[in-house]
Formats: sequence, C-alpha cells, structure tokens
Amino acid sequence: MKVVFERPKSLQATKTHYCPGCGHGVIHRLVAEVMDELGIQDKTIGVAPVGCAVLAYNYFDCDMQQAAHGRAPAVATGIKRALPDRVVFTYQGDGDLAAIGTAEIVHAAARGENITVIFVNNAIYGMTGGQMAPTTLVGQKTETSPYGRDPQIAGYPIRVCEMLATLDGPSFLARAELTDVKNINKTKSYIKKAFEMQLSGKGFSLVEILSPCPTNWGMKPKDAVDWVKNEMVKVFPPGVFKEPKEG
Amino acid sequence: MEKVLMKGNEALAEAAIRAGCKCFFGYPITPQSELPAYLAREMPKRGGVFLQAESEVAAINMVYGAAGAGVRVMTSSSSPGISLKQEGISYLCGAELPCVIVNIMRGGPGLGDIQPAQSDYFQATRGGGHGDYRTIVLAPSSVQELVDLVYDAFDLADMYRNPVLILGDGILGQMMEPVVFKERPARQLPPKDWATTGKMGRQKPNVINSLYLDPVKLEEHNLKLFKKYQEIEAKEARYEILNGDDAEYFVIAYGICARIAHAAVEMAREEGIKVGLIRPITLWPYPKKAFEEVLPKAKAFLTVELSLGQMVEDVKLSVEGRAPVYFYGRTGGMVPTAEEIFEEIKKMRGLS
Repeated sequence: MKVVFERPKSLQATKTHYCPGCGHGVIHRLVAEVMDELGIQDKTIGVAPVGCAVLAYNYFDCDMQQAAHGRAPAVATGIKRALPDRVVFTYQGDGDLAAIGTAEIVHAAARGENITVIFVNNAIYGMTGGQMAPTTLVGQKTETSPYGRDPQIAGYPIRVCEMLATLDGPSFLARAELTDVKNINKTKSYIKKAFEMQLSGKGFSLVEILSPCPTNWGMKPKDAVDWVKNEMVKVFPPGVFKEPKEG
Repeated sequence: MEKVLMKGNEALAEAAIRAGCKCFFGYPITPQSELPAYLAREMPKRGGVFLQAESEVAAINMVYGAAGAGVRVMTSSSSPGISLKQEGISYLCGAELPCVIVNIMRGGPGLGDIQPAQSDYFQATRGGGHGDYRTIVLAPSSVQELVDLVYDAFDLADMYRNPVLILGDGILGQMMEPVVFKERPARQLPPKDWATTGKMGRQKPNVINSLYLDPVKLEEHNLKLFKKYQEIEAKEARYEILNGDDAEYFVIAYGICARIAHAAVEMAREEGIKVGLIRPITLWPYPKKAFEEVLPKAKAFLTVELSLGQMVEDVKLSVEGRAPVYFYGRTGGMVPTAEEIFEEIKKMRGLS
C-alpha cells in the first residue's frame, strides 16, 4: 500500500493539548514538514515561548529550549551565536512576541540575527484565558476588554510585519492566514522560505500566521476561521513585506 | 610567571577568556564598563563572541540560550542591571544552566550612584529572583583573587550546573594591581550531554526547561536542586582567617571592605588588642565553619560592610547567640576608613 499521509519525522508521536479548531496543531505540522523537507531536524534547536505553545518542546522532535515570556529571540540569539552552524527557530504567540517581548523581537530583527521566527497571531491571550492582546482588534471583546477594545483606553493593534519591515536587518517577513487549503499551503511556503533564508545565511526571517482561537473567541471552529478571513485580514493584510531582491 | 598591572575589570575579562569563556552578552553600565570594552576588543580576535544586548533582560536570556547550547558564557553588570537580570537568573537556576554573572556593585536603592557598595548581598545570597533556588557567590578582595576566582567560577558552574555570581564592587573593578595569570590544570568536569546542540544523531531530543506543571514533579525537581545546594554547602564554602591564632575579637568583612578592615586590625594589634579577621570568600555557601573554628575563644564579633547590615544576618546565624555580634557599615557609596573601623574595634572591646 502506498503511504499518502503520515506524521512528519520532526513531530513527536504524541497528542497535543491544543483545543479543537486551534491553529497551533496545523502550524506545528507545517514547521515539522519543512524541517523534514530541508533535512535539518538533526541540527535544529527550537525555542518555545510562554503561552499556549509553551509545551511545544513536547511536540517537536528536535532539541528545544523553553524561554521566559517574550525572551525567545534573545535565547535564540544566544544559541545561534554559540552554534552558528545550527538552525534555530522561535515559536511565539502575540502576547509573547508583540507585548512583553517587543524589545527582543525588534532588536533581533534589527541585528539581522540569523534565526527564524514563527509568529502565531490569534489576537488574544490563550493560555491565561482570553485577555486582550497587543493584536486584539478594535472593538474585539476579551476578558480584559469586556466592552470591546476601546482605542481611547487600550490603543490600537500592532502590525508586527509592517513595523519590522522598516528595519534593514530582516531578510524575509511575511504574513499568512490559516484559513483554507490554499492559504495553509501558502503559509507552509513562507515557513520554508524563512528557514531557507537562515540556511543561506541571509539573516532574520519571520512568518506571521493569522490563526483561529475558537475557545477564547467564543466561536465554533468554522466561525473562527471565517472571522480570521473576514475580520483579521482587514487589520492584518496577508502578504510578503520583505524579501531579498532576486539576482 | 609574568606579572602585569591591570584594572580589576580588565583582568576579570582576560581571565574569562583564558578560562574558556566562549560568549559574552552584556549591556553598558557604570562601573563595570572596562570589562565589556575589553571583551569587545579581544573576543573576536580569540575565537569568542561579544554581543551588546538591547537590555539587561535580553543579555541574561542570551546567556540562557548559549549556556543551554553547552558553551561557557558570561555576563556582567552593576547593581540596577543585576536587578533586571533576576528573572533570567531564576530561569537559569530552574533549568540548571551553568554560567558566570559578574556584579560590580554600586550604591542603591534605585538608580543610587556609581560609587562602590555591598548592598546587593541579600539579592545575591538569597536567590534574588522568584522561586526556591541558590546561586554560588564568590567575593574576591584583590585583583589577583578576582582573576583566580574567575577560573573557579566557570568550573563550579559546570560542576554543579548552576549560575555562579562574582560579587565585586566599584573599587575592585576600577583599581589597578599586579596580577599573574597562572596556567591551571584542566579539572575533571561532567560532560554536557544535556546541552541542546541539535540532536546530531542522538535518539531523544534534549530539552532545556524549568516548567513542571504537575506539582508533584516540581517538588521532586526542587528537592533535587536542594540536594545539590546541600552538597555545595558541604563542599564549597571558603574563607580566610587573618591574625586569628591568639585573637579574642573578630572583624568579619568581605571584598574590598576586608582589605580596609585588615588595615584596621593591624592598627588594633599595634595597640595590643587581640583581634583577627574572618574574610568569607564564598558568600553563598556562607562559611559557617570559620565561626565554629574561632567561637571557643571569641569574645565578640564585628561585621563591617558597605551597607547598612546585610551579611551581619549570616554572621548572627553562624554565631547563634554564642557571642555578641556588632555591626558597622557605610552606605550609598561611602567607604569607611581604617581609622573608623579601628574605633569600632575599640568600642567592641569596651562593650564585651
């Protein structure tokens, strides 16, 4: 019999703790498929964040470090500088990367640190139970913006790709949406490109993925995907924000 | 062996390179600036990494990453910067990562000043960050000892998989003294088979982590750490006793303060006061044994610090009420003269 679908080698044979309809499982798989395809599993070190993906070290079958909240890019910098011939990636959520870890991500990008960042943007804090995130949309209701995010009180969402695209350091910055097969494939192609940048020594690469969080959004999984498609992409337009010029 | 005249901060940096430090991450702060400047010059020439981080927080987390990758790594700062590093130090201890952290202490609290102080004793010896943990704390009192203790710091860190703090002060960092960089035989150290280097053919992935969601597991982990700390307490406490043989009174001081206190002890000796000096070299583990050694003949103790009384608590815990413990300290970057301490020695004798 021909095998048409199987677990990537770079994922462990285990169940995850992610909620039904959550994007993390898909994104883990895409990262693992890319590691397999590039043949880098054995020389990759991943950095897990604080947040829903904190247990990523139980799911990826590669060496992993668990970092303090927001500090993954600094931890990844330490690993990469110590072992420049290895592949180093961070896996971070929006609270981790765009709130408490803003300094670390901006400066890793500005240094052109030769690491790859997988940035999962679901516009909410998941692990702590649905608080307002730096990427929460204006008007979006969360545990800590119960009347909807009011810019007068809580300001506006941060567009990470656009912000980092002003810097000279990054080699590749792209935003994708985890909504349908076409876009999931596009997400994977961006992730692959990001790792290829690192492998060819071109410097900092980041893929932002708009990802559903049905549990904390209080939606059914399908409605959550529709919300990404209809609402999130209006504030966070998908696309490539920075890539090396050909030639 | 060649003697060279060097500033404390620069000698420390040179010793770190010779001890095999591969990476340095730091953030500028006075009065330790010569240390990163020296490494910025030397590390690229000698196969190491120097990187100026965007913050103290980032620097200590870079240390975490590099330590987890299995290389010898160091950071340095001064008091306010060390406060910022505490989150990272707690994680380093939880994940059992070896590294060396230098604190060239200055006056506090807050931004304080840039003059020498010893007011971070509590922070250094009581953990400093959140959680049940300890860091080994070394307190040199000369530039030569600073150099020697740097080698020990890296070895102790690797031996026990634990951060080691070198606690200096603004004077020690800034003063110039002759030093010899002695060649030392390599110590037998455990292999870093836990490091995240990429699996590189290994069957199971290595994970650097301090998260144990199950409290049963976290208690087990903390008890394992505690056992390690007990072993360190039993084996690694160090101290020096000067003029102790016939002494009836003892001054206790560490770091630069011990140098000044020793001068005061000599002055008192000239006046016929039988006083000695206990100089702790490790602040954690605290050298309680030194007190057991002298207690049978000691009439009183005088602790002298560049603070309003921090180490004095460890002195009291060591003396356990068996003799009076007095205290004299200056704070905010002020340094006592030998004469001031001599006066305090006379007071101690008058009182007990």
